Amino acid sequence: MKHLTAINRKAARMEEVTKDVVALQGPPQQPEPPHIPNGCSLVFSPGWEADRNGGTAGLCQPVERDLFDCHMGCFWPAQVPDQLNHAPDWTAKCAAAQKDWRKIDLIFPDEKK
Amino acid sequence: MTLGLREFHPFEAAGRRYLYLVPSAAVFALDDCSEAILAELGRGPQPLAELTQTLAARFDAVEVTDTIAELQRVRALGEMAAKAAPMPKIVPLRPVPLQTLVVNVTNQCNLACTYCYEYGEDKIVDTENGQQPKFMSEETARESVEFALRESRENKHAHITFFGGETLMNFPVLKSTIAYARRRAAEVGKDIDFSLTTNATLLQPDVIEFLANQRVGVTISIDGPEEMQDKFRVFNNGQGSYAMAAPKIKALLQRHRTRPVGARVTLTRQTLDVRRIYQHLSEELGFWEVGFAPVTTAPGRDYAIADQGFDHLLEQFRALAADYLAAALENRHHGFSNVRETLQEIHHGHAKAYPCGAGIGLMGVSTDGRVALCHRFAGSDDHGLGTVKDGVSWERQQAFLDTHHVANKTDCSTCWARPICAGGCYHEANTRYGTTQAPNLHYCEWIRGWTHTCLEIYGELAEKNPAFLSQFDDEPTEKVS
Repeated sequence: MKHLTAINRKAARMEEVTKDVVALQGPPQQPEPPHIPNGCSLVFSPGWEADRNGGTAGLCQPVERDLFDCHMGCFWPAQVPDQLNHAPDWTAKCAAAQKDWRKIDLIFPDEKK
Repeated sequence: MTLGLREFHPFEAAGRRYLYLVPSAAVFALDDCSEAILAELGRGPQPLAELTQTLAARFDAVEVTDTIAELQRVRALGEMAAKAAPMPKIVPLRPVPLQTLVVNVTNQCNLACTYCYEYGEDKIVDTENGQQPKFMSEETARESVEFALRESRENKHAHITFFGGETLMNFPVLKSTIAYARRRAAEVGKDIDFSLTTNATLLQPDVIEFLANQRVGVTISIDGPEEMQDKFRVFNNGQGSYAMAAPKIKALLQRHRTRPVGARVTLTRQTLDVRRIYQHLSEELGFWEVGFAPVTTAPGRDYAIADQGFDHLLEQFRALAADYLAAALENRHHGFSNVRETLQEIHHGHAKAYPCGAGIGLMGVSTDGRVALCHRFAGSDDHGLGTVKDGVSWERQQAFLDTHHVANKTDCSTCWARPICAGGCYHEANTRYGTTQAPNLHYCEWIRGWTHTCLEIYGELAEKNPAFLSQFDDEPTEKVS
């Protein structure tokens, strides 16, 4: 601590111990999950006014990000490959859509077989 | 987020501002920014944004945020929305090792001090007409030794304090018990040491020789110079005891160098001249340390210290404490033990759940071998825990711990001095209010005033002579008075 100086032994111990206690006082620290919009057909979601955390930080994504909307958790059929059955690796080269979108190629089911 | 102050007691020493935090008992020094934040919140809770804005003119915004975080970390302030935690009540789940066993080797006394808690008007046990033997037998004393060694459990160290009545009236048993205890401690691989309290009138040369050779710690009950000592510390015929005690004390102090010899003074309404008493006992008689305690009494007794008396007492304690501080700053010894004991408690910052070790690390044994909370309750059935022969009942001990925890004392819940006081002496409460569970409300102001003074001294020493404080690194031990 910079602004408080521990004087007696209890204060010194508190300084030592509260390093961990402070971390424990907050909500559990979990890594930020990937941004997957809640399915638009399951919840009333007129546009994307709020991101999945209820904030606005995830809004205004580059247009390339839309490649992954309507995909995965989304019930709505969309023009993206079927990742579950035919093309499990179609995004493998695309770690971040706005940067790597060019690496996504077309998928031809026949080719796979 | 609205922030507000949590519990602490601020004090100032050597031009620096400090916090004594409650209930943690931690002491922190403040810088300008933390001081400003606390001053601002002292006017009432404020939203974080408002607080930051108010302080923006004087401090950098990051500095303010950091300092608020630190103050929150030590719980000097907190969010108003957060529910205040109730006073925690943590009771030991299994027996705690016994550190000190006080053995009342006799309940007889050759003096008849008017205010005596054992014989006077406020006595708990009628030792005159009761069933208990007047002197402890050798057998019971040996059982007490076994009990002390057994109950010290995993501790390597055991301590026995001999007490009375007048302890030296049963010198033969005391002598043989020490020999027995040393032998038994060696057999079970423990250290043991001894102390006793006496009125000094029976300190014959052979007794002094024995105490010195056996390294027995000695505390002498004495109230000051002749005119004060002879007011209450009298023989049965009313004659004062100073003339008999003083030369023997001098002889003891001259011969007994293996352990420091302390004086224990009982203060009454009539004998409140603390500085004069200290001067006499320390400088004229040569005691290493002098400790003072106001007489334990029901209200209204002639010798009871009334309210204004406590103010006067505090004034005198402060004057003597100033002498202690002056000596400490120059690394000189000063024997005002009340300051030393309080400084040691502040230094460690133990937040007490119980005012003292009675019934936990300390117990008292009566002449018939019954074990009670402490020596002041020895022989009382209402405050008994068992016997040295059959051991103590953990159920009784648990019930005691449960009902005497500071969290039970509603009056203490708003007091900043509770980490150090925890409601005060059980015996005093029992005498004053008829129950050991009551907090000693008659001396709250005095305790707070005295703790504040000792905090100031501690702060001043931490600033000007921090090396002096390392002498307090050892854990405090229970005093018996």
